[in-house]
Amino acid sequence: MTALLPRRGLAQILALIVILAVDRLVSPQFFDLRLQDGRLFGSLIDVLNRGTPVALLSLGMVLVIATRGIDLSVGAVMAISGAVAASLADSHGLPVVLAAALGIGILCGLWNGFLVAVLGMQPIVATLILMVAGRGIAQLITEGRIVTFSSPDLVWLGNGAILGVPVPITIAVGMLILTGAIVRGSALGLLIEATGGNARASELAGVGTRAMILAVYVWCSVCAALAGVIAAADIMGADANNAGLWLELDAILAVVIGGTSLFGGRFSLILAVLGALIIQTMNTGILLSGYPPEFNLLVKAVVVLAVLLLQSPKLSGFSGIMARLRGTKP
Amino acid sequence: MENSLDPAPPLLEVRGISKSFGAVRALQEVDFTVRAGEIHALLGENGAGKSTLIKVVTGVFPRDAGVVRLGGEEVAPRSAKAAVQAGIATVYQEVNLLPNLSVAQNLFLDRQPMRFGVVREGEMRRRAKALLTEFGLDIDVAASLGDYSVAIQHVTAIARAVDLSARVLILDEPTASLDRHEVEILFRIMRQLAKRGIGIVFVSHFLDQVYEISDRITVLRNGRLVGEREIASLPRLELIQMMLGRELAETTNARAAAGEHKVREVCARFDNYGKAGYVAPFNLELRHGEVVGLAGLLGSGRTETARLVFGAERADGGQARVEGVPVRLQSPRDGVRHGFGYCPEERKTDGIVAELTVRENIVLALQAKRGLHRPLSRREQDEIARRYVKMLDIRPPDPERPVGLLSGGNQQKVLLARWLATSPRLLVLDEPTRGIDVGAHAEIIRLIRELCDDGLALLVISSELDEIVTYSDRVVVLRDRAHVEELSGEAIDVTNILAAIAADGAAMQEARA
Repeated sequence: MTALLPRRGLAQILALIVILAVDRLVSPQFFDLRLQDGRLFGSLIDVLNRGTPVALLSLGMVLVIATRGIDLSVGAVMAISGAVAASLADSHGLPVVLAAALGIGILCGLWNGFLVAVLGMQPIVATLILMVAGRGIAQLITEGRIVTFSSPDLVWLGNGAILGVPVPITIAVGMLILTGAIVRGSALGLLIEATGGNARASELAGVGTRAMILAVYVWCSVCAALAGVIAAADIMGADANNAGLWLELDAILAVVIGGTSLFGGRFSLILAVLGALIIQTMNTGILLSGYPPEFNLLVKAVVVLAVLLLQSPKLSGFSGIMARLRGTKP
Repeated sequence: MENSLDPAPPLLEVRGISKSFGAVRALQEVDFTVRAGEIHALLGENGAGKSTLIKVVTGVFPRDAGVVRLGGEEVAPRSAKAAVQAGIATVYQEVNLLPNLSVAQNLFLDRQPMRFGVVREGEMRRRAKALLTEFGLDIDVAASLGDYSVAIQHVTAIARAVDLSARVLILDEPTASLDRHEVEILFRIMRQLAKRGIGIVFVSHFLDQVYEISDRITVLRNGRLVGEREIASLPRLELIQMMLGRELAETTNARAAAGEHKVREVCARFDNYGKAGYVAPFNLELRHGEVVGLAGLLGSGRTETARLVFGAERADGGQARVEGVPVRLQSPRDGVRHGFGYCPEERKTDGIVAELTVRENIVLALQAKRGLHRPLSRREQDEIARRYVKMLDIRPPDPERPVGLLSGGNQQKVLLARWLATSPRLLVLDEPTRGIDVGAHAEIIRLIRELCDDGLALLVISSELDEIVTYSDRVVVLRDRAHVEELSGEAIDVTNILAAIAADGAAMQEARA
């Protein structure tokens, strides 16, 4: 697992610990856990549960960013898949609902990937198209209403628990392991990093860079579709206007906090998810502190700045400080 | 060799410079002296410390120890910009100007003539024109720099540096991408500047050019100073020995006379192969155990031929066959699948993935060939990387070092390793020795011969005719994007190649003798 958690993760882990410590100061019961009706409750569980959508998004986003791309449409894809799931939930079984929602995700990913890999459009523009159009599509599916459902299966997906652990958390952990297995268990990880590092050189080395790029956009949309289903299941309804709104930015932020460069190349799945958790821990902490949620944005900005400063090569930042402590030159 | 009677104090005095990167000692107590008005060549193998010395002197890297004095006064620039202000300007091999701006804008970047906060374009152009005229250049200064040849971009960079009141001008591999005629222009300008009293540091791998232009040389090896000499009193063999630190085997024609008449199996064959507006249709037969050299001037269609053969460019006519079987070469992937390998001329942009390690760069093509579902385990990767690092003597011998930190020659070896790891049947090498020092140069040529003896088919492009003559079994000569002649056996020599290139008479003096 060393490949998944490089040494450079220290900055992120420290940041998370600091934020957790601050949360503990603000809310003395922060680390309390209790079991009720076969499900764990507590602030920590809440952080993980609420953090699930962004964590799922960041899993796909980190791969896209590693190829030197970006996907702005994930929030909209969440809305579409949520709308599809909600519309089908009361008339079909869970397997059909999931298959339809994820199938839509694959289609969205193929569209993005086609624009970027085949037509050669700039990723930020290419995915902007679906970001805008996607919400419209979601609204068409819900016919402009908030579609509610009561299917116990789908509700379980958002609110149930497996061995005390909420289902969304289980799904996120499962997706992290699955993505890790796909990416690092095959040669995909290396070839993605090579494509992001130097696409021309990789192409000349025989790497199928187009297929690579297409694949990461599809995976990114599948992750987003899953996040959309969970978000819909959580509130037992699909709100085409607000589901996943602005979450693409949180996902990008999570990836950046996780140390993956927007210029592509090296990436870390675990650190991207850690980035998502850092964001959610802050959100929850501010809610618990009783400060108005507006503070959330400011505090978020400060923490992001801090993490980026630590990573900044110009400041030689954290590694420089650590190296000095160890008495060696960076 | 210090002459105590020398009346002129040295212009640039570097004393006891040391610099380490982690555990690697890149420079150890290096001294370096440049006098006013001299052209001083700085020589050494890959990794000898030339680039590091330049970067330390110009403040790009902080130094660990030592002093730099300019005109007797101690200077310690902390950035390239500060060095320029102090009077030490550097022009790198890859010109670092802005190709999308005009020539004039590049010349006056950061110091445009202004009036009322507005750039005076006309004034700037007039002054740019005047400045370049001094350098014997009469071009449209309003056109984008990127539209001009590398030579003109170099001269522009030099003009800018000199105009910024440089007293010491460092030229790092300035001639690497210039043709003979352009080199002449550059040398004329260098002599002119030296006459004005500017001290010029000339870093080059072309020993002919070093002998032609330099007054004095300093040789570095493995981060240490080997010596400083007057070029006039230094035999070439001695210079090479200083650089390599070992006896050099006598250069011989490596072509195995015995194998010449052996009929070898055809590896790949291209009939009437070509692409309109790219390369005229050609016939080319590549045989196992044979080196085919592609000779011609820059822009004659050599690289274009290589790209067509590998599949990096699609042909619009003709037929390719591999081991007698017709194939379609639509993409590099096709080339790789058929057992071809291609080391492109532009190592940085088309070859290496700088951020990835030596190991990852070496296994990249093999992994791409095997496909996603058959990943090389970490142990296999380590094994492959170790084998080739040892076999090709890649330095430093650390497979986990990002390849971007290696010197040009070692990056080239990594690229060779990348293809050798795929066990190719045909290797296409585009200028494999460009920008590489003599030691690695000889090694690469030896490697080419060895690979060929192992039964590989090779297609090699080089601007160095001597080199082509040394290792080729056949030489294809190109002119104006067409194959014009094929030489083999006894007929392969520099004179014949030149004659073929210059068949219409005009190009003769252009060609590099």
